[in-house]
Amino acid sequence: MLLGTGEVLSHKKYGEHYHALTIVSPEIGEKVRPGQFINIKCGYQQANILRRPFSVYRVHKRGGWASTIEIVFDIRGPGTTYLSHLRGHATVDLIGPLGRGFTLPKRRAHCLLVGGGIGAAPLFFLADELRNEGHRVDVILGARDGGLLLNAIDARRLASVCVTTTEDGSVGTQGRVTDVLDDTIERCETEVVYACGPHPMLAAVSKVCAERKVPLQVAVEELMACGYGVCMTCVMPMQRKRRSKEEPVEDTIVYARSCTEGPVFNGAAVVWNGESELVATDQAELSPAGVPSRSFPLFDTEDEHPPPGN
Amino acid sequence: MSDQVLAVTLAGLELKNPVLVASGTFGSGREGSTFVNLAKLGGIIVKSMTVTPWKGKPTPRMCETPSGMLNAIGIQNKGVDYFIAEDFPWLLRQKATVIASIAGNTVDEFVRVADKLRTGARGIAAVEVNISCPNLEDRNNMFSHSEEATAAVVGSVKKSLSRIPVFPKLSPNVTSLSAIAGAAIDAGADGLSLVNTVFGMAIDVGTRRPKLAGTIGGLSGPAIHPIAVRAIHEVHTNFPHVPIIGQGGVATADDALQMILAGASAVAVGTANFVNPKATIEIVEGIDAYVREQGATGVSELVGAVKIEG
Repeated sequence: MLLGTGEVLSHKKYGEHYHALTIVSPEIGEKVRPGQFINIKCGYQQANILRRPFSVYRVHKRGGWASTIEIVFDIRGPGTTYLSHLRGHATVDLIGPLGRGFTLPKRRAHCLLVGGGIGAAPLFFLADELRNEGHRVDVILGARDGGLLLNAIDARRLASVCVTTTEDGSVGTQGRVTDVLDDTIERCETEVVYACGPHPMLAAVSKVCAERKVPLQVAVEELMACGYGVCMTCVMPMQRKRRSKEEPVEDTIVYARSCTEGPVFNGAAVVWNGESELVATDQAELSPAGVPSRSFPLFDTEDEHPPPGN
Repeated sequence: MSDQVLAVTLAGLELKNPVLVASGTFGSGREGSTFVNLAKLGGIIVKSMTVTPWKGKPTPRMCETPSGMLNAIGIQNKGVDYFIAEDFPWLLRQKATVIASIAGNTVDEFVRVADKLRTGARGIAAVEVNISCPNLEDRNNMFSHSEEATAAVVGSVKKSLSRIPVFPKLSPNVTSLSAIAGAAIDAGADGLSLVNTVFGMAIDVGTRRPKLAGTIGGLSGPAIHPIAVRAIHEVHTNFPHVPIIGQGGVATADDALQMILAGASAVAVGTANFVNPKATIEIVEGIDAYVREQGATGVSELVGAVKIEG
């Protein structure tokens, strides 16, 4: 794992909202897997001491851009404001790759990638890897409005079927990703779903996948202080099996660290409403992407659903 | 760097240098060992352990505040038996100097953890008694907020661990820290850890809800460093022969040296580990350079060496 610096190669914007930084870092570029993240020190100002985590959006392993990684973000607070001002040759202090990424199917499979807003970021890297291994990739991309859809042009290029949804109806189907999920799974004969986005979205996706018995992997976005497993702040409530029939069900919730046991989890094992509260908006920058919030009812599933072939 | 210059002894606790990691900020050392050779540290104060596993509090457990962070984790840990079976033998193999931090809800729980360590963890260098964690159920009755309760825990733990140096960790959230320190010393404390986190609270004005699920949390980071230096100075002035492990907002060698000059014989680095996992090693190097620059024979000569006029 690298604890060191990388050089900014380029800064660009995707649409109106999203900034992208391409960073030269051979150590991370060669090792990082889809779903893993990097933790960046955003300036040296005393007031904001913590690093900000970013899932990796793209990796270039060959050609003129070899050994570079790309992150995308929108401006949420002082850390992302700082990053948005960086230009070529700036130095960034980073740690990575961190966390456990997505598990890819071991045999050819139909994969559906579901991303909400900036939460779609790690799915682009995943889509590249899945296609390289010969899997079919379909995508559902959703956001509040068309401007917040992350790089829809690229998503269309990568996917066999690409469905977009916006809550205001400005682009694609009006509604949320979950409004088109069931139909898309049916139509694409989906065998595994990969999702990343805000909690209510992941909870809703998880519910559909549980009903249809489709395996689901989710990349979660929890507030974290350290990113490497020591602070115990980024935990997700997970369901573990009851050890005996006498054991009360409420005692079977355990907290798993998103930074080391995640950020990718089996969607069927996460307790979605958990014992967790809404996260303050000014803290959202401390999660890999997206605004975590929880409002969905608890549901319960005992089956494990690994991706096909595992 | 020569051992003579940096070595310190605190009430029989021999350290190769005065820099420790603070409890709860480096786990049991496994994760941090990616970045730091644990044998190069003065020692590692492991995450507090309790007599049975504790699952910890709901999320959000953390929020960033100016120059610091608030946390309310609730001592999520796997229990003392797990520490003895798994973490402790591993730490010994790394040649780490291990200081066990113990916690509990009652005097009896502290004693049961102490008893288990006495019989199960031979080779432990010292025990820190966490009587000041601000996240237990009954905040009004925190042990370190009362002279009687402090004396009860320290006396009972010391009876169990008569041959191991015992360092109660005190809370800064009191009217007279010296009174509590005196009670701990009279009850048999070999030294003191000063200080634990400062009580704090932050509110999301949008939702009008606390930013932590636990409402109140412990403030750590550079924001509390001056509070810790003052506490160390006060207690060292009143009890000059009692060794102190200084902690609270140490991020640089300068921060650590301030504590040493105020009267700490060793310092523990906490929140800074989250941001810079190599902070401890950089601080050891910085202290070494300073001792030579000052022409001192060793770091011990600088303990309490602040110059106060009049």
